[in-house]
Amino acid sequence: MLKIDLDACIGCGVCEANCAFGAITMKDGHPEVNEKCTLCGTCVDNCEVGALSIEREAKAGQTDLASWSGVWVFAEFRRGRIAPVALELLGAGRGLADTRGVKLAAVLLGSELGGAAAELIAHGADTVFQVDDPALAHFTDDAYGNVLADLIRAHKPEIVLAGATAIGRSVIPRVATMMGAGLTADCTQLAIREEDGALLQTRPAFGGNIMATIVCPDTRPQMATVRPLVMKPLTRDAARRGEVVNVAAPPERLRSRVKVLDSVASEGEQANITESDVVVAAGRGMDGDKGMALVKELADALGGAVGASRAAVDSGWISYHHQVGQTGKTVAPKLYIACGISGAIQHVIGMQSAETIVAINKDPHAPIFDVATYGVVGDVFEILPKLTAKMKERKGA
Amino acid sequence: MKIFVCVKQVPDAKDVRLDPKTNTLAREGVESIMNPYDRHALEEAVRLKEAHGGTVTVLSMGPPQAEATLREAVSCGADEMVLASDRAFAGADTWATTYTLSMAIRKLGGADLILCGKQAIDGDTAQVGPGLAERMNMPCITYVRKVVAVADGAIRVERMMDDGYDLVEAELPALLTVVKEINEPRIPSLKGKMKAKKQQLVMLSAADIEADPDQLGLKGSPTQVVRVFAPEMRGERAMIEGTVDEQVAALAARLEAIL
Repeated sequence: MLKIDLDACIGCGVCEANCAFGAITMKDGHPEVNEKCTLCGTCVDNCEVGALSIEREAKAGQTDLASWSGVWVFAEFRRGRIAPVALELLGAGRGLADTRGVKLAAVLLGSELGGAAAELIAHGADTVFQVDDPALAHFTDDAYGNVLADLIRAHKPEIVLAGATAIGRSVIPRVATMMGAGLTADCTQLAIREEDGALLQTRPAFGGNIMATIVCPDTRPQMATVRPLVMKPLTRDAARRGEVVNVAAPPERLRSRVKVLDSVASEGEQANITESDVVVAAGRGMDGDKGMALVKELADALGGAVGASRAAVDSGWISYHHQVGQTGKTVAPKLYIACGISGAIQHVIGMQSAETIVAINKDPHAPIFDVATYGVVGDVFEILPKLTAKMKERKGA
Repeated sequence: MKIFVCVKQVPDAKDVRLDPKTNTLAREGVESIMNPYDRHALEEAVRLKEAHGGTVTVLSMGPPQAEATLREAVSCGADEMVLASDRAFAGADTWATTYTLSMAIRKLGGADLILCGKQAIDGDTAQVGPGLAERMNMPCITYVRKVVAVADGAIRVERMMDDGYDLVEAELPALLTVVKEINEPRIPSLKGKMKAKKQQLVMLSAADIEADPDQLGLKGSPTQVVRVFAPEMRGERAMIEGTVDEQVAALAARLEAIL
């Protein structure tokens, strides 16, 4: 709990003003803490007279933390291919494993896995635990969760990472609950804390308005899901050597109470927004179908995909599959052109990894300009057709 | 069919902002609302009840003020409302939250179907649904966008995947988390509002649900927040000025250099 030294406290109220959770209120010249306190320590850091301290209760926790070793990546495999985020996680996991001086392993579950294990090794894995079984052909929380939990119990890795995808965010919480382990969702940064080797997991909260760094000091494995397209994969190296461990899962662990009756892939254009080098995105300022057509024309001229802010999607101008941001997709193209997008943090969080960001908006104070490499203040309805024509000229030349 | 809907009262996230210069929080006029995704879970529960019979119980873990959110849920069609509230629950992460919710549901006699929103807009973890399913030993289907059928002790739904959707069927009892595409939540009726006013609130404490104190709240939470800070903005902000034609020419030249 947060301890307040009333003798030292000068009643300045800095702690109240700095509390991101509204957990401190000043009363009779001293802070009072309510149940919203998360013991994040911001107030302790900000207290100039050292009147605040945190006293943590000893937890029941596990006692043999040191016996957990190694970094694991859950390598999502679907429709015959490794999810790109798995390779990104191997890149991040390699760094973490090297800092800790431990091995990096990938867990590959599915059916007809082919050369996937070799690909994972080429991208940084020292070991691949592979369960190739027809019962894993389709993703189900039950079978994937049981098999993953059994592997974790048998090999005791200290860290388990997975992509913050529909599959990862579904099965990993289940596994963490089975293990009694802490789990941090949707991380954007991972690092090792120097003094004790704990995994520092940083993620956006409150729709991205606040970043929070989280640790799990008393439980293992330390588990995190990580946003796609945030971490960088290693360059593929076919000369890398690693070990493939084939594991057979007992039938009762593969049984699922959920049956997949059909699996339907969405139409081409929708899927490629995360893979396209160029994304031209529309916001509220595009004001309907006419504006959306201008965005589409520019995207076509640049050979890019069409993205959208939540405002454009909620207005019904384009489908949810195109939505970029906190509740949509994360994209990291070479070029992102934001057209008539104000730049709410919820949107920015989904596109700030783009190499070059161009913002076109009639409001010079729009927050989108704060993340833009190039900003153009002006009318999108005037600028876009001219820019499209110019880019077509270039193509023709 | 006995349906539980888990709802959370959250601060309206779009109003919560950390000033990057002072690292202080601008929380003036931040309103508490029902988590928007939970609203869709509630609507789907009420529709299922209307089609198949049964009861809808809304359950929340939170401070006493969360009663307002539960009353709103009753005005939108829920039959019963339960608030798990105790100082000992405070500071819970998703692990301790699912423990508390599961103990409460067990205390209330269990469920045939549990519906949750896909995530809460304050934490955005999406972990409570799957974690609760594990605690209740139920199958879990996340990101449900459509309930296709409920028959013969099973529920058939469409769940969204990153690359399309899966048509899946789960044995009941089961837990679903829903996305906003699943339905259009109703506006409270006059009758609903009247019922919400009169409805008895069931309050459950840590003792009531016979919880192990070591697994509750901050103490029972494996995760620990060690730092909060404002996100950095990265833009170079090179503004391109001039007439429209000059702006377009300058921008086109820069794009050509990139592509």
